Amino acid sequence: MLKFLLRRLGVAILVALTVSMITFSLIYLSGDPAIALAGESASNEEIENIRQIYGYDRPIIVQYGDWLMRAIQGDLGRSHYLKSDISSVIVTRLPNTLILALCAISFALVLSIPLGVAAAIRPNSLIDRFALGLAVVGQALPSFWFALILIFFMSIQWRLLPITGTGSWKNFIMPAIALGYYVTPGVMRLTRAGMLEVLQSDYIRTAKAKGLRPMTVLFKHALRNAIIPVVSLAAVQFGFMLGGSIVIETIFAINGMGFLAWESIQRADLPMMQAIVLVLSCFYIVITFLADLLNAFLDPRIRVT
Amino acid sequence: MASQDAQTVARSGAILPGDKVLEPSPMAQLRRRVFGHYGIIIGGVVLIAILLVAAFAPYLTPYHPILDQDLSNALKVPFWHCIVVEKSFWAAVFDGRSPFSWVEPAKFSWDHPLGTDLQGRDYLTRLIHGSRISLLIGFSAMLISGVIGTALGVAAGYFGGRVDMVVNFIITTRLSMPVVLVALAVVSLIGSSLWIVIWVLGLLIWDRFAVVMRSTTMQVRNLDYVAAAQACGCSTLRIIMAEILPNVVNHLIVVATLEMAHAILLEAALSFLGLGVQPPAPSWGLMISEAKGMMFFDAWLIGIPGAALFALILAINLLGDGVRDVTAPENRN
Repeated sequence: MLKFLLRRLGVAILVALTVSMITFSLIYLSGDPAIALAGESASNEEIENIRQIYGYDRPIIVQYGDWLMRAIQGDLGRSHYLKSDISSVIVTRLPNTLILALCAISFALVLSIPLGVAAAIRPNSLIDRFALGLAVVGQALPSFWFALILIFFMSIQWRLLPITGTGSWKNFIMPAIALGYYVTPGVMRLTRAGMLEVLQSDYIRTAKAKGLRPMTVLFKHALRNAIIPVVSLAAVQFGFMLGGSIVIETIFAINGMGFLAWESIQRADLPMMQAIVLVLSCFYIVITFLADLLNAFLDPRIRVT
Repeated sequence: MASQDAQTVARSGAILPGDKVLEPSPMAQLRRRVFGHYGIIIGGVVLIAILLVAAFAPYLTPYHPILDQDLSNALKVPFWHCIVVEKSFWAAVFDGRSPFSWVEPAKFSWDHPLGTDLQGRDYLTRLIHGSRISLLIGFSAMLISGVIGTALGVAAGYFGGRVDMVVNFIITTRLSMPVVLVALAVVSLIGSSLWIVIWVLGLLIWDRFAVVMRSTTMQVRNLDYVAAAQACGCSTLRIIMAEILPNVVNHLIVVATLEMAHAILLEAALSFLGLGVQPPAPSWGLMISEAKGMMFFDAWLIGIPGAALFALILAINLLGDGVRDVTAPENRN
């Protein structure tokens, strides 16, 4: 177990380092960042000045090392536009994104796991077909269009929910559905396939033959094993949601990381963009790492190989 | 008497015990599976229709999607706004009258069956030309990502060991970076055009190709015919091209359809955020973005391009699911 943990941790740190390198090099995609900052009409003197203030005159390796060391200590630099500390801005924005992603993944799991189990109990039944149809339709709905449809009916036609803001729990219902439904097909299919396989196994027959109640067999014996791959998928999808909420956050004006990313892209605020990509990637790496640990804990076979 | 009966039955085409029955050929079996699959039929018909529309776009409508602006003609309504439903719907039904009636409002004209947008451009024309953008981006980005992902995945699956470790590392790194965010950042830094969007998406979404090709290649490379080819002294390239790839191509097609749909959705999302295809191009995502301010009074402006997007993605996904069902060995017979 310790060997598995250490190896997995090593990979996670290496991935994080690589991501930080890629993120850092983003700034050079547009050419010289000093010229981009100074604007088209700046004189050579001004550009040179900016280059020195922001340290763009140093060798790239030194710049990267400096940026990385500061980032590890929690200092992500200063925003070009907001003129304030990036870390403190991110700390105020991160909770909204986390709440939204948590609501979305909960919605997805609560909808898809029972549907997947029900579909697996009676394959080819009406409920199985309904679940399959839902999955096919769900995968084809563009999330931003679905969000607009939700707004149109829930807020404009029936006036049930507020459109924008983060004031109350009601603000998170539509964004969570719009962000979460996209995950349901995958989770549902995986639950269904896992349950179908497990329900045919010998130990389930034994449990049934012992005379255990069907519900106990289903949820305590079968689902526990079928759910293991779902844990990794849910973790991965949760990580994707953190980064993918940019569209949904922009539509519903939720003051989270995605909205911040969109704002800083509009303002050409490079250090802020870098910081957001880095923070969200690190979140993904940590989440998948924890999911792997959880999986190793749930399924002893993973620890060995 | 009995023999006469047998002859009549035989003439009517029934099969008798002792008759020699030929099994349908593998191609015939495949044909039966394909044409017996609802998903393939529906997805195929819709996709072919959209492909035809895209191919003949300029000949289908008399207008130009960008140049034919007429501000005096702005915001004409689509044809279904002419259908008026009676308030006492059920009363009308019980009286034997039709509850629907056709009243053409002033804001409707048969010159524009799906209405016009804010600039007075024919919405149907823009919709039709928009299919070209979606298909072009989806197909090109899928090709780019397919080449990258397949190369990485097959290399990892075939060679294993160190190569596998490195490829796995690259895949993990790529997965940990949020696609939409990175695509937005890159596009905003180097400017956005149709081909930049295609390349950025193509370079970002190869992960599923790599993952699936890696695992399927691993399965195939341990089979006897690969060992036989190795024993014959075939070169590695030949084994990969002639033995491995043809045997994983069904998985490749399934992933290709999924990724094409994925690329189309991402392009629409990027254009919706204003950082994909630039106006005045008739991209469906952009059309939704331009119409989102009109949601209170002209929601159909959002509904039409969104429905088109939905239909296209649905068709591609149905086709992909169908290919998976039809080619899976456990579904034969």
